[in-house]
Amino acid sequence: MTDLPSTQELAIDVSGVSKVFGGEPGGFRALDNISVGIRNNEFFTLLGPSGCGKTTLLRLIAGFEYPTSGKILLHGEDIGLLPPYKRPVNTVFQSYALFPHLTVAQNIAFGLEMLGRPAAEVRDTVDRMLALVKMEPMRDRLTNQISGGQQQRVALARALAPSPKVLLLDEPLSALDYKLRKEMQIELKRLQNETGITFIFVTHDQEEALTMSDRIAVMSAGLIRQVGTPSEIYDRPADRFVADFIGETNFLSAEIDSVLEDHAILRLPGGGLEKAFLPKGAKTSGKVTAAIRPEHADLVPEGADGGLRGTLSNIIYSGSSTHYHVRLHDGPDFVVRTQNSPDNKLEFSVGQAVGVRVHDRCVQALED
Amino acid sequence: MARSFDVKTQPGFALIAAFCFAALYLPIAVLVIYAFNAGESIAVWEGFSLRWFVTAMSNTAVQEAALRSVVIAVFAASIATVAATMAALATTRQGTYPGLSFKYAVLNQPLMIPEIVTAVALLIVFSRIKVWTGYTGLGYLIAAHTAFCIPFAYLPIRARLESMDSALEAAAADLYASPWQAFRRITLPLLKPGIMAGFMLAFVISLDDVVITEFVKSGGQETLPTYMLGQLRRVVTPEINAIATVFLAFSVLIVIMFFFVNRRKA
Repeated sequence: MTDLPSTQELAIDVSGVSKVFGGEPGGFRALDNISVGIRNNEFFTLLGPSGCGKTTLLRLIAGFEYPTSGKILLHGEDIGLLPPYKRPVNTVFQSYALFPHLTVAQNIAFGLEMLGRPAAEVRDTVDRMLALVKMEPMRDRLTNQISGGQQQRVALARALAPSPKVLLLDEPLSALDYKLRKEMQIELKRLQNETGITFIFVTHDQEEALTMSDRIAVMSAGLIRQVGTPSEIYDRPADRFVADFIGETNFLSAEIDSVLEDHAILRLPGGGLEKAFLPKGAKTSGKVTAAIRPEHADLVPEGADGGLRGTLSNIIYSGSSTHYHVRLHDGPDFVVRTQNSPDNKLEFSVGQAVGVRVHDRCVQALED
Repeated sequence: MARSFDVKTQPGFALIAAFCFAALYLPIAVLVIYAFNAGESIAVWEGFSLRWFVTAMSNTAVQEAALRSVVIAVFAASIATVAATMAALATTRQGTYPGLSFKYAVLNQPLMIPEIVTAVALLIVFSRIKVWTGYTGLGYLIAAHTAFCIPFAYLPIRARLESMDSALEAAAADLYASPWQAFRRITLPLLKPGIMAGFMLAFVISLDDVVITEFVKSGGQETLPTYMLGQLRRVVTPEINAIATVFLAFSVLIVIMFFFVNRRKA
């Protein structure tokens, strides 16, 4: 899925950017001819496994690295070769990188002072930022005298204080524990809404990306695999990598039986037919992979009309839901997830022959 | 298991430790004690007195030598610290590149080459320069001391830089600080304990030097150590002990300051 032409102004326009480390021939190609547009005021996430190039792209936008080729535009102006201190873009670092010899307030004031703002304005902005991240009582502490979550807030306030056009966040939540991370996710969303600043957020955590983002770019091996809203990415993955990386997915090898507009009828293992969504520009005949989310299928007794048949090999209860592992007669294992409730008990036992019924419109046909 | 390998539990540990401490400190203790001898001997105790301290302090040769030592040490340590700071920045702030280990080797060369070799080489080179320029001042001693002080100043500064998160400098640049502002406002203040430590180490090393100084100095340019060496060739009185005791107290003071500065790493 490509970026649709938008009337909204682009905050960052990355076009044809490549980054090669260690010299062109034989060097490491961290980014391979990437193009992506990030809209003004959106919460945009770069998501991918480590080494996919997401942090490199962020560092290119910040100015810590320079592109080997291609252009980076900030509101139409080419910033690709400017040093970091000449770009109206600020970064929240993974390690926070707070200045240990300065107080919380001095850290937040640093960017404004470097910009040569008058002292009164610096003081007002620092007060406003301290209030925004709820850190007023800590203003005169040194940064090693506050907790990790508080350091995170100071790092945010410091980067927001000079009112950057774009805020870059490099896995800022990875050092926090689970509960604090959840809190900060909501906090970040709130800050983005209140300040109206474009956020570009880097993470390898798909759950974090789905909860917070307006749009997500899924990256792997220096390429952008798909750009879309969280639900587009989750429900309509463009390829097998995206389907596999985001959430859990069952993959079945299938064959296209016939095509109707944007749908295809797939022949699944065992001979059953299922209607499947076909991404734009995908092939219309031959072998494909059918991707089905575990929550988009039900377990049914053998003999009921379900497209897939197999033996129940494992039941994993996990509180809110139960995972059923079904060994299909003509294929791999298939996982079915059902939501649990006290009065909704499915009566199945391991070893039993069962059928799997896939929900309507929930199959995605992907090229291998 | 771990307990049985603890060196403190090995038989004879206490004895060996006591012997080592005695070997290290007994001679110094004897030297210091005889500085307070009332008599003229450095071996026969004749009662407590401060007379040799008074003698030493009022000896103009000692005063001049001490002043010269301090002047050379201040200049040499200052220049060496500036050079070492620049060298440390250059070797830690650009990632690794071919030739980096060669640079380390060149910087630390004065630690490897026997001092007497450097001394002879400097003697030959400087005597030529003296003939060409006619200049015979303290500059030669300062240059020579600076050279061998650099590696000593370099080590603590580099250690400090290596333990410093380079993201701090990136953060400063990200917050609109030019490279010079980032250095002034972030790198330098954080580096200060390392620079102080480097300076003090270089200062003590310069103050203490005999071999190179003995070869490089022109006539009448005695430093405190070379003056003491010269005195030992003549009549030995507890005056030498008194000078050595003051010298020792001064060095210990600097070492204590070194530890104090180094501990405030935060």
